[in-house]
Amino acid sequence: MSAKAPLLALDNVSKSFGGLRVIRELSFSVARGQTVGLIGPNGAGKTTAFNMVSGVFRPDDGTVSFDGRDITNMASRRRIGLGIARSFQNVRLMQHLTVWENLLVGQHVRASGLLNLLTPFRLIPNHRWRREVVAALDEMGLGGYADATVSELPYGIRKRIDLVRATLAGASLLMLDEPAAGLNPVETQALTAHLEALKARGITLLIVEHDMHFVDKICDHVVVLNFGSKIAEGPLSVVQHDAVVRTAYLGAEQAA
Amino acid sequence: MSGYQTGVLIILCFNIMAAYAVYLPLVAGQLNLGIAGFMAIGAYTAAYLTNEMGWSLVSAIPAGGLAAGGLALLVAVPILRTHGIYLALATFALGQVISAVFLNLEVVGAAAGYPVSTYASPLAVFSVTAAIVLFVVGLSQTRFTLYLTAIKNDRLVADLLGLKVWGLQVAAFTLGAAIAGIGGGLYAHHFSFIEAQHFSVQLSIYTVLYVLLGGTQTVWGPLVGALFFSLVPELLRAGEAWRYVIFAALIVAFMAVRPQGLVTSTALRGIGRLFGRKPAAPGAQP
Ligand SMILES: Nc1ncnc2c1ncn2[C@@H]1O[C@H](COP(=O)(O)OP(=O)(O)O)[C@@H](O)[C@H]1O
Ligand SMILES: [Mg+2]
Repeated sequence: MSAKAPLLALDNVSKSFGGLRVIRELSFSVARGQTVGLIGPNGAGKTTAFNMVSGVFRPDDGTVSFDGRDITNMASRRRIGLGIARSFQNVRLMQHLTVWENLLVGQHVRASGLLNLLTPFRLIPNHRWRREVVAALDEMGLGGYADATVSELPYGIRKRIDLVRATLAGASLLMLDEPAAGLNPVETQALTAHLEALKARGITLLIVEHDMHFVDKICDHVVVLNFGSKIAEGPLSVVQHDAVVRTAYLGAEQAA
Repeated sequence: MSGYQTGVLIILCFNIMAAYAVYLPLVAGQLNLGIAGFMAIGAYTAAYLTNEMGWSLVSAIPAGGLAAGGLALLVAVPILRTHGIYLALATFALGQVISAVFLNLEVVGAAAGYPVSTYASPLAVFSVTAAIVLFVVGLSQTRFTLYLTAIKNDRLVADLLGLKVWGLQVAAFTLGAAIAGIGGGLYAHHFSFIEAQHFSVQLSIYTVLYVLLGGTQTVWGPLVGALFFSLVPELLRAGEAWRYVIFAALIVAFMAVRPQGLVTSTALRGIGRLFGRKPAAPGAQP
């Protein structure tokens, strides 16, 4: 593994669902510490690409590698241990539980094993697992929410709690699927600050997002997908003026 | 304590054990509709061991639990591969098969039933029930129960966060069956007689009903459900046939009003705060 090896690389990845080719010979890579935007019209295959990196689906063809290691066929469960974390388009937390209980699950990779599984830690006041969770919340200015029930929280806060959970395992790559969708401008600003803090920690981000303003602010580099193929790649300011990209977006808008 | 009161308490104990047997897999989202079958395994195994092999209660009852747990482990692979209604149907069918086997198994009396000579006192029933409640409550303080909840809530997210979804589900299903087996073994030795019909579909279904009624969000729900199921029919002593109808109507009414069960985690946290057990989040709204 050379020093320049990208953190994440997709090489000629293809995927079909029932004859429909959703990803076509897709190749791109993300360098360590980079923030890459994965953009494209609805149905372009962005979420599917995420699913292959996180192991939800196996590619039909091609390889996915992480930190120089081929993970194409690695069990999805084991990928978080390597440092791959993701969030979903909709927040998927346990609604009726408190924030800190939700975050405990995010801690799992660093508290695995039978002994940890069966320790009645809730009986121990201020157990170190709880302290750790509260500290992670504090770092993001969310410390006051530790004991709040998730269902009672505003969407923007839930979204960020979801991010805290995804990063508790010590991920080096965080994939976010439309993180700004459904947020109001104030919430989007808080999210941006949150992501900046993650970047400052050295976490590599791969972000699917439709809000180009947001992408412009946060991403160093974008990869554009259309009908499962990469049609352009580069800084957003350059890609935006690409004729093929413009037609793809216009075509999608006219079709919609 | 009068004989009547002891009798009601004993019934309550068996209902509590059955409730927790159903509860554990249910926390992970798995509906076991064959719990009576696992009780039968425990009952017949333990009874056979004391009757024919001269084992003591102290070893025979755990052995009954092991047998039920062992069977659960064996069938876990085909059964837990199914989901939702299919899982419910598969466990339901398994319960029926077990019952039919005992109905025809000559060594344990087949259709004539099986008298059990060693006696388990009410105290033994109370103590084992208390131990099981303590065990499940203890588990609720661990990551294990939290992870089961996480799996029920969202399997995919649980998997991507690194949980061994399959292993945890098998463990919950097996532990539940083992508790049912222990309950069955005690039942056999307390009532001194068992027959296949004791472990009927009705038993399985009623247990699931009152566990759902109590709620599966917290470890106390099944206890409340079992209390309700054991005591309300006693209070409604309006003719044998009618009291179960009234009880069933009550359940339907409760489920309509409170589908998440009587005891919810939010309600429990509210009560906890009332008694100052855990300080309310200081400034939850900053
Ligand atoms: N599990 C699946 N089964 C069948 N088709 C799917 C599945 N997931 C995605 N697709 C299809 O793949 C295409 C790309 O979907 P997706 O990756 O979700 O697009 P995007 O995230 O870019 O909007 C769509 O046509 C979608 O219907
Ligand atoms: Mg998508």
